[in-house]
Formats: sequence, C-alpha cells, structure tokens
Amino acid sequence: MTSSNTYDAIIIGGGHNGLVAGAYLARAGKKVVVLERRPIVGGAAVTEEIFPGYKFTEFSYVVSLLRPEIIRDLELPKHGLKILPLPSTFTPMENGDYLAAWDDHDLTRRELYRHSPKDAEAYDEYARVMARAAKAIKPIINLIPPDPSSMSIRDLMGLLKVGQYAASLSEKELYMVAKLATQSSADLLEEWFETDALKGTKAASGIIGTYLGPRSPGTAYVLLHHYMGEIDGAFRAWGFAKNGSGGVSGAIYNATQALGVEVRVNASVQQVKVKNGRAVGVILENGDELDSKVVMSAADPKRTFLQFVEQKHLPDDFVTAIQNFRARGSSGKVNIALSKLPNFTALPYTGNGANSVLHRGAVSISPSIDYIERAYDDAKYGQISKHPYIDMIFPSMIDPDMAPPGHHVMSCFVQYAPYDLEGGWTDGRRDELGEAVIATIEQYAPNIRECIVGMQVISPKDIERIAGITGGNIFHGELLLHQIFFLRPAPQWADFRTPLKGYYFGASGAHPGGGVMGAPGMLAAKEILKDGF
Amino acid sequence: MLNLNLKTTPFHERTSALCQPQNWRKWAGYFAAGSYEHVLDREYWAIRNSAALIDVSPLIKYVIKGKDAAALLHRVTTRDVHKMKVGQVAYTGWCDEEGKMIDDGTISRLDDSTFRLTAAEPNLRWLAMNAVGMDVSIAEVTGDMAALSFQGPNTRKVLNKVTEKPVDELKYFRLMTNKIKGVEVTISRTGYTGDLGYEIWMDAKDALKVWDALMEAGSDYGITPVGILAMDMARVEAGLFMLDVDYTSTSHAWIESQKSSPFELGLDWTVALDKPGYFVGRRALEKEKREGSAWKMVGLAVDWVGMEKLFGKVGLPPQIPGSAVRASLPVMVGNVQVGYASTSTWSPLLKTYIALAHLQKPYYEIGTDVRMEITVEHHRQHAPAKVVKLPFYEPEWKKK
Repeated sequence: MTSSNTYDAIIIGGGHNGLVAGAYLARAGKKVVVLERRPIVGGAAVTEEIFPGYKFTEFSYVVSLLRPEIIRDLELPKHGLKILPLPSTFTPMENGDYLAAWDDHDLTRRELYRHSPKDAEAYDEYARVMARAAKAIKPIINLIPPDPSSMSIRDLMGLLKVGQYAASLSEKELYMVAKLATQSSADLLEEWFETDALKGTKAASGIIGTYLGPRSPGTAYVLLHHYMGEIDGAFRAWGFAKNGSGGVSGAIYNATQALGVEVRVNASVQQVKVKNGRAVGVILENGDELDSKVVMSAADPKRTFLQFVEQKHLPDDFVTAIQNFRARGSSGKVNIALSKLPNFTALPYTGNGANSVLHRGAVSISPSIDYIERAYDDAKYGQISKHPYIDMIFPSMIDPDMAPPGHHVMSCFVQYAPYDLEGGWTDGRRDELGEAVIATIEQYAPNIRECIVGMQVISPKDIERIAGITGGNIFHGELLLHQIFFLRPAPQWADFRTPLKGYYFGASGAHPGGGVMGAPGMLAAKEILKDGF
Repeated sequence: MLNLNLKTTPFHERTSALCQPQNWRKWAGYFAAGSYEHVLDREYWAIRNSAALIDVSPLIKYVIKGKDAAALLHRVTTRDVHKMKVGQVAYTGWCDEEGKMIDDGTISRLDDSTFRLTAAEPNLRWLAMNAVGMDVSIAEVTGDMAALSFQGPNTRKVLNKVTEKPVDELKYFRLMTNKIKGVEVTISRTGYTGDLGYEIWMDAKDALKVWDALMEAGSDYGITPVGILAMDMARVEAGLFMLDVDYTSTSHAWIESQKSSPFELGLDWTVALDKPGYFVGRRALEKEKREGSAWKMVGLAVDWVGMEKLFGKVGLPPQIPGSAVRASLPVMVGNVQVGYASTSTWSPLLKTYIALAHLQKPYYEIGTDVRMEITVEHHRQHAPAKVVKLPFYEPEWKKK
C-alpha cells in the first residue's frame, strides 16, 4: 500500500453532491479523493454529446434549487457557472389555444385574463401564499434533522430549534404548512383556479420524481419543494445552466480542482473496507485498495447500504428500512437532436424560428389535471403512459452553444415511465416510450418528426444503468412525507451519519432531498468535519 | 415645423419596432432604448453568453484631421498619441490644467493624420481652444455616423459571417476597415461591457442595412438587441465608469471636491507621464503622482450573508433592484463615512451585489472591510462589504 492511496476522506460518487462534499472537506484542509465509476463526473447532472455537435443535458436539465451558499462558498461563478434565464412556460391546449406564463407579471396577468379573469387575480394571491409557505419551511433545509426519539444533547438542541421555528410561525402559516404537507396538488389547485391548463401545469410540479398522481395526497408538498428556489430574493439561482446540467457539475468540479481534491474517474467501488466496526477505506472493482479515516457515499441509499457494505455491519432494522425506502423511478427522458425547431400550431413561428419566444422557455404538455392523472393510471398498473406529461425545453435556444448553428437540441422530461414496467424494459419498450413522447408532441407540433436528427430515450432502467441510481428515481428516493426530514433515508439516521462508524451518507437520498441542490453533500461534509478526524 | 422631441438614431426604425416596453432613455439628446424586453435578464445574458446588439449612435464623435491632428490629441489627452499606430485605438481621459477630468472616450487613429475621438459630452470648444495655431480641422460627426456596439462571446463568429474580411486577426483595441453587405464600415475591437466585443462605425444612411445583416447572421448565435439598462449592469462588472454618474466633469463641477483626477478614477495606466512635451494638466498630475491620491475608485463586493442578516431582521430575503442604481450610497468604516458608491448593481453572473465606490486614503486598499448603505424596509442600514480589485469580471476571451 502506497501512501498515495491514503486519504483523510474518500467520497464514493462524483455526482454533484459528491463533488460538493469533496470541495467542502478540501476547503477544511483535508486530503480528499472522489471516486466516480463513469469516465465523466457529474452523475445525473451531466452533459454529453450523444450525437456529435449536439449537447444533451442528459438527465437533470434545469437549475432551481442549487443552494446559494454553495455557489458562494465554492465561488462557482468564478469556476464557470452561468445560470441563464428560462423566461416562460408555454402550455399548448387540446382545443388549439395555449396558456403562457411570461417572466413579466403584467404580461402573465394579461394572458391569464384571456382564459379566466378570476384566475388572473387568484394567481397573484396563490403565488404569495406559496412563497410564504416556502419561506416558512425554508429554515428546515439547512437543519440537521434531529431524531425525535433521541435524548442526545445534539438531537435535543435540534428539536428545540424545530420547536422554536414552529412557534415562530403564525397560526395561519402553521395551518398552511400542515395543509400543504398533507394535501394532494389537485385539491390545492382546485381551491384556487378554474383554467384546466393552468391547473394541469401547476400540478405537474407536484408529481415530478414521485410515483404518484396529482390526486394523490402528499403531492402538494412536492409542489412546494419546487417553490423553494423562489425565496432567495435577488439571488434567484433559477434557470438553465450554461452547457446544461453538466455545466453545474463542471463548475463544481473546477472548484474541487482549485481546492486540491483528487478526482478519479473509471473508479468503481466494490466495497467499503471495515475494520473494528469502522469504515477505513474502499476496495475498487479493479482490486485497488484505498485507505482513509472516513468514507462518504454520494450514491443512492440502496447502493450505499445494501451493496457497498456487508450487511453484517449494519443493524437489521436499518437494513429493513433501507430495503423499504421507496425509490421507484417513474420518469424518463427523451433527448432529441433537431435540424430545425418543431412548430407549435397554437403559436407558430415564422422564418427559422430563431425569434420564437415560446422556444426560449419551457413547453409543458399538461392540458389538465385529468390528463396527468390518466397518465398516472397507466403507470399504476405498470404501463408507460399513453399520453404522458412532458416538460420540454430547447437548450440551444437559451444557450446557442448547445447545438451546431441553425440546429437545435430538445430536452423532454417524461412522466410516467415506471421502473417496474410490466414485462420489463427491453429495447422495444424503450422505443415505445420514445414513440409515446413523439406522438404526443406531434398533436401540438405536427412537424416534429421531420425535425429529428437523432434521439436518445432514457428509461428509469437506463437512469439506473448509466447514472447508477438504484430504481432510477431522479431524487434517489421519492419525496414522500414518510421519506423526508428525520425519516430520510431511515429513522434515527437522518443526520448524515450511519450505523457504521466512519461511514457517512450525503446524497439526494438524504435530507433535504434531490434536485441538483447540493445541500446533502454540503451538510454531510459539515457533519463529518464536526465529528473531527 | 418645430419638433421638440429627442432626436432619433439612424436605427430608430428597427429599435422602436422591437422595444416592447417603450422605455426610452435620454442619451445626449437622443432616444436610446432602455431595454427591448420587460425583464432585463435575457439582454444582460446576451452580453455575457451570446451576442448583444446595442445602438450607441448618440455617442459624441469628432473627426480630427490635419498635419497637427496627433499633436492636438497628444496635447489634450493623457495618452502618448504620437506613439499610436494607424489602426490603434486608445482609451483616455482628458483634464483641465489642474489635472482634473473633463471627459473620457476613445481615440482611433484612422490614418496618419486622421483621428476619431469619442466623448460623452460636447468638447468642440475645448478642442478648438487647444488647437490654436495648429494645422488641424475638428468636425463633429455624431449625426452623420451610426454606431453599433456588438458585445458578447459569439460576436466574432457572427461578424465573420457578414464581413468581407474576417475579423479573427483584429486585436484588442485595434480597428480595421471592412465591408458588411457592400457597406463600408470601420470595426474596432472595443466596447463598454468587458466582454469580447466590437464597435461598428458606419455612415448613417447605411445603418439599417448593417443592422439587418447582423440580425440575420446572428440569429443562430443568440443575437439579441440590448438596451442601455443591461449594458449599465455589464459595465459595472467590467469596472467601467460613466461621466455624470461616477464622476463629475470639471466643466460643470461647482465645488473643488466634485472634481476627480484620472488617478483617483483608477486611470493610472492611461496617464503617460513619460511622454515628451507639454500636455494639459501635466504639472498637476506629476505632483499627484509623487504625493499620492487622496481618493481612489475601487470595487465593492457586498457580503450577501451580511445582507441576509439585515433583511432577516424584518423577515425578508435581501431585496436588490433589478437594474443598476445610479445613486450615491455612503460607505462607512465604523461610524465614519470614508467615501461613497456611485453605481451599484446586482451581478447576475457573479451572484454578488457590487458597486463602484470612491474611497479615501487609506480605505481604498484592496481587502479593506467597509460597510455600504442599503435600505431595508425604508430604514438605512449598512451592509458589510469588501474592497476588491476592478474589474469584477474579466473573461479570458476579452482580449484573446
């Protein structure tokens, strides 16, 4: 064993959380190595040229929740992070009309008014209520979840903080948070609006990454989770990263390099080495052994605890909890290289479309709540949605460097595509998913097929295979009420520590969850440093 | 018929059709589009990520011609103009006899005996006064010429699609004559954003032809018409100041303390004290160089966490205006005011609240901790800030 293979900390997984954790540890003067099994870093935040010249932001595709303190602490703008505006959301409707939300308040109001004067008014109030609710729960994001059953000083202090925080909420806010935590997004939205396309589009953000429909309780919370990015005032780290999500990972990677973190690619971990009940390093699949004082996993919970560690090192109830952790993927991704922009009949472009306003923002296929609920009905019984919810963006219209001049790329997030597809995923079934997406888009943009130069269809199985997320869930585990805060990933172990001493867990499957947020990696690194080593 | 409207630039037919908010600003007697969209984000990011097309025609322009043209500019400005090669552009300030700034702009050497000088304000009288006895003609050409500032990392690619000769070899602060759609233009590698960029100078009658050619060629490269509000944010990031906002010309200063020397504005590099012969303000500037400056313009980076704390006290996230603010904000150390910020802006790229500030000795040293005034719910507060080097942002491709 050479000393070059000895570290203060080993981080398993070079996704954004692993890189963030590595950077924070190196910033504290630790010798750190990040191990990534793929030839590129980024995990599910990567940009790849599947077709030469066309850059696909392969899995995740927008930045909304990346923590401002990470951007500041790691000086990400200096390392290349540019978050470009995504100024609108355009929802084509089944009757040939459309609903648009613009970046300007008055334009949006005017547009909503066209559909429903009542909704135009309710919209402002709704936005305020949601922002207030998000603000009310925001302090929780950076809290180390305390274990309510523990009597340790740390947990009691933590509980005190939660208590103080709950006491600081007004009655109204408390009811609002309680309601949002338990309601379905459909129930919430129906209290406010009458325009189907508006309700459908808003409801969609309540189902993303879950295996639930808009009428399932708990989805209002997910909707709120997505509102969280809206409350940082002027900081507003919301939009499309230059060079896609790989641009976010790239900036964090550059920061790790400036801080002296060693990042090894093609370094797949087979097992965590355990000595005297303590994690002391890892064994790579190629047989190399690395030693360290602590090991942190930025992989998903199942891989972290059921694959990297022999189960004899972990308590049974913990293993059971991890086994029961719901991490079933429900969404897929279709990335398309285009020779020209698909033309939406609801608002056609002229010329080559370079001035098309709708293509600069998101296009949402979410004509109504019923539409999405029906898409969920298919998935409930193990089928691909025949008419899926699709969230499209055209990265090359936001960052022209994403495709050759005059050509474009298109990113389609699609739900539902169940991980546990009846009969299993095959190449044929994957094609079926791609076809469902194209056929759906074709209803609104009939020329879509003639625009396509190349297409990459990603099923939840592919997410698992390529990005290494067990179950292919984009959040490493659904954001369900029984899987958040002090229950994420398992009761008693939500503070980034694990039953195995020296082994830490800081990924999307930990508090506060997924969405290219970086918070789990940062919080875990801070806890590791608190423990001292 | 009497028309008391502001003048329109040669691009007005295009810019007025595109300007959604119709938020015209007054610039040297002309209409200038504040922004083309209701929200500045896309225009700002066009400067930083693609290609921004900005109508800068109101900029005051003089053509100075004759055997003594170089001698005149050598005398009036602080640069060593005799050293300038044909095709070179130099940024400069010019001073009064006391070494205090009158104005600033660029000098372009078009040929051996022809220069173009840009200025923020009329300077014809001052130039003429200095030209007594010289063989030189000075003509204001502001209305005859149109000018476009074309800024952003994709501008070179777009220009190469429309120019007769490629612009690849055009170096930073150099100019070339070229043709766009048969139209004679001068292209200089200059700008007011601190990014890769060019300024295109043409006869007013050809303006629309050039605009249309660029808009068409740039459509695949994210070309975006950009108003002066977004440019104002970018110029602060680039550490570039503006007359009447960040300093007062001696010609309209009422009191001594309103005046600034080039050293005080951080223009040390433009003051060629080693150049031969007399130039206006030389003795005063030499003295200031020896004795040190009482003031200096520096960058301030306001601490976000400090702002969060101040706003947090009233239960708000930090609130910052969405565009650059041209208001004087006191800068404190302890309870003593040590200077003021003259322009402040949120930097969407740096994710930092930044300001151009004028600080007294010794507080202008890089790294000094100061506090800048912010308003939190109608109350004056002071947010912690640090003195930083200018520019705040300088991409590697700016000069490459």
